[in-house]
Amino acid sequence: MYAVPAFQAVRISFLDYIYGAPGADIPHPFIGLDNYREALTDPVLRRSFVNVVIFLAVNVPLTVAIGMPLAAALGRVGRFRALFRVAFFIPYVTASVAVVGVWYWMFSGSGIVNSLLGRFAPDPSWLINSRWAMVVIGLEVTWKQLGFYVLLYLAGILAIPVSLYEAAKLDGAGVIRQFWSITVPSIRNVNILVITITTIIGFNLFTEPYLLTGGGGPNGASMSPALRMYQVGIEQGRPDVGAAIGVLLTGCVLAVAALAKVLHLFANRSRA
Amino acid sequence: MIRRWALYGGLTMGALASLFPFVTMVLGSLQEKANGTLGGLAPSPGNTSSVNYVDINRAVPLAQALLNSGIFTAGVVASTLLVGMPAGYALARLRFPGRTAIQAGLVLVLILPFQVLMIPLYILVVRTYGLEDSFLGMIAPFAVNATAVFIFRQFFVSLPDELFDAAKMDGATELQILRRIALPLTSPAVVTAGVITFVGPWNEFLWPFLITKDRGMQPLAVSLGTYVSTNAATATNPYGVILAGACVLAIPVVLLFLCFQRQFTSASLDAGIKE
Repeated sequence: MYAVPAFQAVRISFLDYIYGAPGADIPHPFIGLDNYREALTDPVLRRSFVNVVIFLAVNVPLTVAIGMPLAAALGRVGRFRALFRVAFFIPYVTASVAVVGVWYWMFSGSGIVNSLLGRFAPDPSWLINSRWAMVVIGLEVTWKQLGFYVLLYLAGILAIPVSLYEAAKLDGAGVIRQFWSITVPSIRNVNILVITITTIIGFNLFTEPYLLTGGGGPNGASMSPALRMYQVGIEQGRPDVGAAIGVLLTGCVLAVAALAKVLHLFANRSRA
Repeated sequence: MIRRWALYGGLTMGALASLFPFVTMVLGSLQEKANGTLGGLAPSPGNTSSVNYVDINRAVPLAQALLNSGIFTAGVVASTLLVGMPAGYALARLRFPGRTAIQAGLVLVLILPFQVLMIPLYILVVRTYGLEDSFLGMIAPFAVNATAVFIFRQFFVSLPDELFDAAKMDGATELQILRRIALPLTSPAVVTAGVITFVGPWNEFLWPFLITKDRGMQPLAVSLGTYVSTNAATATNPYGVILAGACVLAIPVVLLFLCFQRQFTSASLDAGIKE
């Protein structure tokens, strides 16, 4: 079910492939790496890979810095835990299109963010500013995903044996010290997971750049690899180059996943 | 005491930050004229109306779009359950060659992003089978859901072996065991897999956007998205109209989530850890 299209993607990426009418018999000659050459020399696609890095630079530190303490706090409260969890999780189950609608308004020229900033508001406004467009997408996705990451951190924290904290308390360690010396090292694995998932999301952003910044604008400043794949492969009718972009994108994602796996093993070994 | 206040204070701030855009969405959808200032968050009777809902309904016929979302979602949920249950059962209870390979393959599917399959699936569904603008074309790529298979697998693994051994002793075949013993016990797993699966297609934008040209076939997420990218500029209060559509799109899922929040959080956690 999934294997066939995946192999098909690899196959098309090595062919000269154009869309034909259903039933028409069009030859698809093998052309080697030409599609990859064309994809890699596309400046818009190159820019989109830079944008993934910007996205990660916004998303990962914020997720770690906000998600981890929130989860630690959530692990310490008995009452209202379910209530807080529900509040954190609501953005995660909300449709991207609906979330985009809200951010579109909040970060518009006359939106609440600019009205709070007053004369410090960026000009041109956030979503049409090539320096800020990708950052806003990073913030939006961080906000949407945060509740899910808090849950991951919480699961990691609840798995830490209580005896560790009790021993630390006997040794006179305060709450902050316990957080840094016990909680943070114990949930290193969750951090690795966060980086992996965020990378996958970064490469595959579609709805946000397509709708929030009007097709990855301005001038490709918020283009994502997946959106570029759509533009080239479907809008411009070049499925062969689009498939090559897809294979490159998968390669990057799998490489990061493999790297995360290695880090995971390494982290576990150094702890033992 | 101070520590407790700091704890609850931090959590409350996090919760407010999570809910703030949501509240803005509802309030903004009710403003007759868009008011982006902080003062706009206070209810003002003079500026409150349902005109945005009337406008979005004129631009995007909501009943039709909701019906399309409903059919698309129901189809995906039904096929996910029909495929996921026996697949999960087989992975949990049967010993057959290649079982570990299939399980590893499923994990790979969990991390393999849908977007990679976009071009070949588009060619397959639209060009080869001519299924554009059809529910079958919308549903097909989501018919098998690895997360649901895992939910069922976990569930069947957790059932006691004695139950199955006793049935086998009485001479029941695997199919009979599945139908007579496993199925009647599965309702909690069915509910979990069902509500989890619901969210995906209901919120999905990319795939139905790719294969629907006919606006009468588009699910709400797609027609609202298309409205945001094309027609919004023509409305007098475009933000309000978009937010009204966003409310209609978001509220069913949020209600479902509030009713089944325990299933949601535990199942998405499992899926996340599998990744």
